[in-house]
Amino acid sequence: MSLSRREFIGIGGAAVAGMALAPGLRLVELAQARSPDEAVTSLQRWGLLVDIGKCHDCDACVTACHEENGVTGHGRPATDPQWIRKVTLKDKQSGYVQTLPVMCQHCEEPPCVDVCPTGASFKRADGIVLVDKHICIGCRYCMMACPYKARSFVHEDTTDQKPQVPRGKGTVESCTLCVHRVDVGKIPACVKACNKDGNKAMVFGDLKDPNSDIRKQLAAGVSTQLRPDLNLNTGVRYRGI
Amino acid sequence: MIRKRKSCLAIVVALLTVVGFASSAPASEAKKPERIGPTVKIHRGEKCVEDTEFMRRNHMKVILHQRDETMHQGIRTTKHSLKNCVDCHADPKTNSVLDQEGFCSSCHEFASVKIDCFSCHTDKRDKNAVAVAPFKGVAKRVQP
Repeated sequence: MSLSRREFIGIGGAAVAGMALAPGLRLVELAQARSPDEAVTSLQRWGLLVDIGKCHDCDACVTACHEENGVTGHGRPATDPQWIRKVTLKDKQSGYVQTLPVMCQHCEEPPCVDVCPTGASFKRADGIVLVDKHICIGCRYCMMACPYKARSFVHEDTTDQKPQVPRGKGTVESCTLCVHRVDVGKIPACVKACNKDGNKAMVFGDLKDPNSDIRKQLAAGVSTQLRPDLNLNTGVRYRGI
Repeated sequence: MIRKRKSCLAIVVALLTVVGFASSAPASEAKKPERIGPTVKIHRGEKCVEDTEFMRRNHMKVILHQRDETMHQGIRTTKHSLKNCVDCHADPKTNSVLDQEGFCSSCHEFASVKIDCFSCHTDKRDKNAVAVAPFKGVAKRVQP
């Protein structure tokens, strides 16, 4: 049996289309449901969009984060851990003031991971950047490498940690994007608080899911990364800076 | 005649030795010092997630395996999680596994093995944990 050139191309094209379609369908299916015994995959990438136009003088996100994760200070601002903070920007020319929450930006190319000598600082398959405190030696290279000053060192003994959020002296910590909540299908505490008590300025979702709220909002208007010149492709995006 | 007597004596001596040995055997067992071991109080649950014998020797391996899976792959099954250990084994009075008679500390102190887990993880039971019917506290002596 001999195939004409046209028939061959036709069959080949159909085969390629079939291969592309089948995994595509499976990707969506996997991305939507994950049971507790399934590992995270790179089919998802979690991200945040913060609309600075809506973010006003309020710190609901900071309070909620520190409450959720049991982050407590000792009244020593220079060394107390800080997972999220409100930053005030003032335009010197016009005097216009904006405030925005800044936390770990969950970069696609995280500098903290590049410099970590033990592999404690790592990026999970779904894009969440974490510190594995079991292997962190507390050298703080990641704190120096982070352009957003997102990480803190735990200087003092910790007590009364939250069961889901272990924290200990001598290790570095930062925003986990509330990984313990995300893994069970909830949204991060800061986003929940902003929607409830704040100004509804934060959206959380899967950056790789074309039907997610965050993806639609990012597609609908201009947004920016902090320090886009560093090409880190952050998971946290801002609008209205 | 003398030979007969001699053989009788030998039999009696042999019997006495046998009886002596037999009676001395339980005596030596009774003299054995009591086996020393920590008192481990098990407060809740009829049964652990694995066999007790297996857990005594391997609990650290089980927790270590689960730790890496949870941290790096987001696998949050509760069966082998440290949180599950604490939720079940915490003392109902103190809610902790670390007090003097705590489930973890009593044995670890006896064996003089330092536990690193609780420098970061909480030793207290999660107040919101799913309540399991309390099991009447029994003090068990664990043989070393």
